[in-house]
Amino acid sequence: MTSAAKTEVDTLVVGGGPAGMWAALSAAECGMRVAVADDNPEMGGQVWRAELAKTAPEVAGLIQKLREAGVQLLAGTQVVDQVAPGVLLAEGDGGASYLGFGKLILATGAREQFLPFPGWTLPRVIGAGGLQALVKSGLPVRGKRLVLAGTGPLLLAVAAYLRAHGAEIAMICEQASRSALASFGAALLRQPEKLLQALSLRKALTGIPLALNCWVVAAHGTVAVEGIDIWHEGKVKRIACEYLACGFHLVPNTELATLLGCRLVNGYVEVDEFQRTSRPGIFCAGEPTGIGGLELSVVEGKVAGLAAAGREKAARKFFRRRRMLGAFARAMDRTFALRPELKNLVEAETIVCRCEDVSYAQLEREVSWRMAKLMTRCGMGPCQGRICGPVTKFLLGWSPDSVRPPLFPVTVGTLAHSFSGCNVDDNQER
Amino acid sequence: MSDTSCDVVIVGAGIVGSACACECAHEGLRVAVIDQDAAPGGATSAAMGHIVVMDDSEAQFALTRYSQVLWYKLRSELPADAEYDQCGTIWVASDEEEMTEARRKAANYGRGGVPAQLLTTADLERLEPKLRKGMAGGLLVPQDSVLYPPAAARFLLERAREKGARLHLGRPVEKMGRGRVQLADGSEFSAAVIVNAAGTWAPALTVGVNVTKRKGHLLITDRHPGFLRHELVELGYLKSVASFTSDSVAFNIQPRKTGQLLIGSSRQFGADTKEVDHAVLRAMLARAQQYMPELGRTSAIRVWTGFRAATPDKLPLIGPSVEDSTIYLATGHEGLGITTSLATAKLMVDQLTGRNPEIPAAPYLPSRTVSLENAHA
Repeated sequence: MTSAAKTEVDTLVVGGGPAGMWAALSAAECGMRVAVADDNPEMGGQVWRAELAKTAPEVAGLIQKLREAGVQLLAGTQVVDQVAPGVLLAEGDGGASYLGFGKLILATGAREQFLPFPGWTLPRVIGAGGLQALVKSGLPVRGKRLVLAGTGPLLLAVAAYLRAHGAEIAMICEQASRSALASFGAALLRQPEKLLQALSLRKALTGIPLALNCWVVAAHGTVAVEGIDIWHEGKVKRIACEYLACGFHLVPNTELATLLGCRLVNGYVEVDEFQRTSRPGIFCAGEPTGIGGLELSVVEGKVAGLAAAGREKAARKFFRRRRMLGAFARAMDRTFALRPELKNLVEAETIVCRCEDVSYAQLEREVSWRMAKLMTRCGMGPCQGRICGPVTKFLLGWSPDSVRPPLFPVTVGTLAHSFSGCNVDDNQER
Repeated sequence: MSDTSCDVVIVGAGIVGSACACECAHEGLRVAVIDQDAAPGGATSAAMGHIVVMDDSEAQFALTRYSQVLWYKLRSELPADAEYDQCGTIWVASDEEEMTEARRKAANYGRGGVPAQLLTTADLERLEPKLRKGMAGGLLVPQDSVLYPPAAARFLLERAREKGARLHLGRPVEKMGRGRVQLADGSEFSAAVIVNAAGTWAPALTVGVNVTKRKGHLLITDRHPGFLRHELVELGYLKSVASFTSDSVAFNIQPRKTGQLLIGSSRQFGADTKEVDHAVLRAMLARAQQYMPELGRTSAIRVWTGFRAATPDKLPLIGPSVEDSTIYLATGHEGLGITTSLATAKLMVDQLTGRNPEIPAAPYLPSRTVSLENAHA
């Protein structure tokens, strides 16, 4: 049996987005030996994703600083399991590796929330963030007619991005109501930098119809989506489009935290003022502690990095700003909460679990997530419930049960790797 | 019929309890089934689902064969989600010593009327091309099959309900005995017979049940259709699982109808936590790769553990408990509960109705455990 490579650091950060990179930098500047592991080929996370292998400008300077501070950047490294206390198993291009740590900072980010409706499994019906990522890696959208539907500011940001890349945005459908957005607008006014972002987005989106109180009810097409039905102002309208990009807000990636035994509250990782989780030596920053966006993630990352390095006094300096940004995040959650009507879009034969082809009718017969998994295999496919778990939580009120290793599909060979210091007691060896 | 008074109360709605409920209800008995979980929570939800004839002992052979045939007869009634597939077992012999065991096994199966075919090195390479080349051969048992245990258990439980059984799921039992079952929620059931089919929880409900937990690990891969055609078990298995106390791993792999591969197996005593034991997992997967090197490149989706209810002589406990004649045991099936559930139910009902069983019931009577303990004392 071969032995896998091993990295040993004082502080290991899992996730190379804004929270993770700032956590790593903060800890490294305090003299800690730090490594950041991220499953993408480059650092930056979802928000600072590299475009055509060109590092995003926001991130280039930060990466430079991280290098200067001696932080090991382990891109393309996917953490799949904890194999012993203080040792994570990861898989990357180079095969299996072990990551040993003293302190651990979880900055695992968030993923898109999907909602099923008839036709949502058609090709070119896609997550808004997912479409942006595809365009960043080279998918051409010039001249393509597309609709964005769902909720939240991500829709607008993606729309602006796609328009800048030549796409024709037929419509943006926002499910939130005008009154909800009005009170959110008031919150924006209290946050000058957020307001500036919003204003610049507004400029980038000039002339694009933005419908409020509006949501997609079905997608149609034979080999791919050709048109969608939207519910707007009391009636259903048909719109032709070549892509439908959906974004129903974000779901925190809490799987690693759960595997490590960190306590979750209302689906988010519970942290104290120093971003400490319920498990000793494990910190959490960014979206897994509550969906708050870029700025809040950065601040939480700084607090976590400093606290992991034992610099609690320095960390305190960020408390005020974190509180302010946190209030904004909560306002955003309220504004863009999914309306109950969206639970009724799904039909009996609509597929809910795409990996295992499980329909809504099959799930309706079950009483719990666990029972559904056992009996229908919902959530048991390669996505391991990352898509259908949050869907069934919204539609049926189920809460997911424990997380099982590996966190992501991984080769059997990687799981079989030994690492030094571990006795493999295969008493069949001959 | 009142909800709380019946002929038989079955505690445990895993595959054994479900099969017993189905058989009792079919017999016209008034049945109640109680389980602490709403879903099959124990070994049934963790098991591989291999319907296999085994011959570690004559009694094991008789029970597994009887049950294998019962599953075969039931196959056309099983729902599609039970995924019954008569793929057959190949016992893989890696060397001449194991080939000798294959030949012994072939002769024994032949005497017992179980079709079995010895395989040469070339046969094995033709039937399972992903196996490492140069194995000594093997033994094909074509009537063995696989199924998906939770769906099969639910089918049996639903069938019991259709025949009048009352189900009380998600309700833990506080204590039971002398014809009464008291639940944690304060309600009470009375019955002439209480069947303890609680698997590894059985000893907590009935004193004197000599059943211990034997932990196992399983891994399921993504879909790799055509990779594997039969359930493969190494013949070295017999050497490693024979010991009652030591931990071991063995190569055991199953093709699912979906194209997924289920990789086992491990056996540990004294391991009480359900967390994955990484040293055991690594050893188990290393073992599997020794037999099928390409497994290293397949994609693992999930690893889980479960606990088998093991007895010292590797035979289940089926029949009245020694301490309390109102309590019948149906537990201790270790790794063969899915296979032997149907035969267990038949033997149970034969005892309750005084009918002659199709195979001798004596080897499985709980009273023999006592004599076994006495022998050790």
